[in-house]
Amino acid sequence: MSVDQATVRRIAHLARIAVTEDEVPHLQGELNAILDFVAQLDEVDVAGVEPMTSVTPMAMKKRVDEVTDGFYADRVTANAPASDDHFFIVPKVVE
Amino acid sequence: MTDLTQLTLAEARDALRSKSISASELTKAHLAAMEQARALNAYVLETPDQALAMAAASDEKLAKGEAGPLEGIPLGIKDLYATQGVRTTACSNILGDFTPQYESTVTSQLWRDGAVMLGKLNNDEFAMGSSNESSSFGPVVSPWAPPEWSQDKLASALKGDKKGLLVPGGSSGGSSAAVAAHLCLGATATDTGGSIRQPAAFTGTVGIKPTYGRCSRWGIVAFASSLDQAGPIARTVRDSAIMLRSMAGHDAKDTTSVDRAVPDYEAAVGRSIKGMKIGIPKEYRVDGLSAEIDQLWLKGVQWLRDAGAEIVDVSLPHTKYALPAYYIVAPAEASSNLARYDGVRYGLRVPGKDIADMYEKTRAAGFGSEVRRRIMIGTYVLSAGYYDAYYVRAQKIRTLIRQDFENVYHAGVDAILTPATPSPAFGIGEMGASDPVEMYLNDIFTVTVNMAGLPGLALPAGLSAGGLPLGLQLIGRPFDEESLFSIAEVIEQAAGHFKPQQVWWS
Repeated sequence: MSVDQATVRRIAHLARIAVTEDEVPHLQGELNAILDFVAQLDEVDVAGVEPMTSVTPMAMKKRVDEVTDGFYADRVTANAPASDDHFFIVPKVVE
Repeated sequence: MTDLTQLTLAEARDALRSKSISASELTKAHLAAMEQARALNAYVLETPDQALAMAAASDEKLAKGEAGPLEGIPLGIKDLYATQGVRTTACSNILGDFTPQYESTVTSQLWRDGAVMLGKLNNDEFAMGSSNESSSFGPVVSPWAPPEWSQDKLASALKGDKKGLLVPGGSSGGSSAAVAAHLCLGATATDTGGSIRQPAAFTGTVGIKPTYGRCSRWGIVAFASSLDQAGPIARTVRDSAIMLRSMAGHDAKDTTSVDRAVPDYEAAVGRSIKGMKIGIPKEYRVDGLSAEIDQLWLKGVQWLRDAGAEIVDVSLPHTKYALPAYYIVAPAEASSNLARYDGVRYGLRVPGKDIADMYEKTRAAGFGSEVRRRIMIGTYVLSAGYYDAYYVRAQKIRTLIRQDFENVYHAGVDAILTPATPSPAFGIGEMGASDPVEMYLNDIFTVTVNMAGLPGLALPAGLSAGGLPLGLQLIGRPFDEESLFSIAEVIEQAAGHFKPQQVWWS
């Protein structure tokens, strides 16, 4: 499978990465090189094989559903590009 | 006084305990070496004040006889590990001056055991790369000089564009270069597809990626969560065993970390390997494998046979599919993990006309080209209509890769010996410029181990015709790092140690 330029633009938008028109042909070439490389997986017979879900087989650990952390909003917002009174400031999202 | 940076970690530990040296003088010697070696670009942040304060505290503990296992040992920390109050960037512009409010579990265990932090080490951006060239801080220069370069040529390249000087491997290139250049006694590193073992092989150092789940991933910047593992790079097998003992252990904050006791890995160093069964997989004899690496591999076989191990031919039939399957699984997980960098909670923000525009501009400006490429591949293989054809198929192939290893271990094999890399180190600017896949092939021997979650250790075993280090890799059973240390010690005793011939960079 290979991607066309419209698909490159669509993937970039899905990934929330702005691309310029100049970058599209270059990205298309690189993505297709990788897709060509992974195409060899098509020759493997995977009938009846379970997809891996846990690399080290282990039982899922669980804990009691209770608050174990928090109450330090100043530290949570310390690295924010824009914050006010322990809130993150973002552009308007609701009209 | 002899140069304290020439000590191994084990020698320094013993000298500190016998009070023949102090932690403060050991730390000062390393800080001075770091200052002289800034042109190598191994450290992206030096923390001398913190280092000296930690060393002074270690001296007090040593005086009181309360020394921890790593008391007073100066280490470098890969910039993927969150360090409280110390800038952590993953060598990406998108993290900007991010200063964690918390400490990663692995580094907190190193400090608990008395280690001293010298600074943060360079790496490929978000650990994506095999040469350390994708770092936002620029490439790291290996302390190994290219064959037959004059001192003048070296000096002018180091001052100039650095092209043709050797890469230290990646993604843990700052770690491997700093250890090889004696700018720390050991370093933390991480390995998603070979990022501990390939840089170790390129620089003549020892690196181990433990079994998935052995070290906590909490507080380490995530790349591909089902593949990422922390581990050390050091100058000897014993030193890496000492470091791993402090780094490993269960952590309730990482549900994939395993709740089982951490062995005394150092005790495994020097243990007999008589009667152990070592597998030699025929699939690793790939087309284009250099003759000198093939020779080195045979030498390794002979050393282990001489030590009483039984050598058996084994087959891992799905080996060739590990790298292409990795380039589906790893980008898919990366595209998900890196979704958090949106310019809202931390790091870079580029203003936009609305919030979606802000996200897109921020991520375009903050991510480098390799990271963008992998996020886009990951987004594509996870997108509607392609998920089964790519991602699910790759995870099925991953099951087959793990079964290959299980079959070999079930037949009684204790460990597997392979080359670590298909070639010695290459020059800065020489690889992957036109085709990203060319760079990816560096990890052809290491990536299988991540896909199967197994432990893998790389160590130097000889030099190329041009005088550059070449490494071998040992792959073990799950959670049997001890056998790897025992076998590696046999190879190290036979092969000797390898270090750059002179300090040409200061």
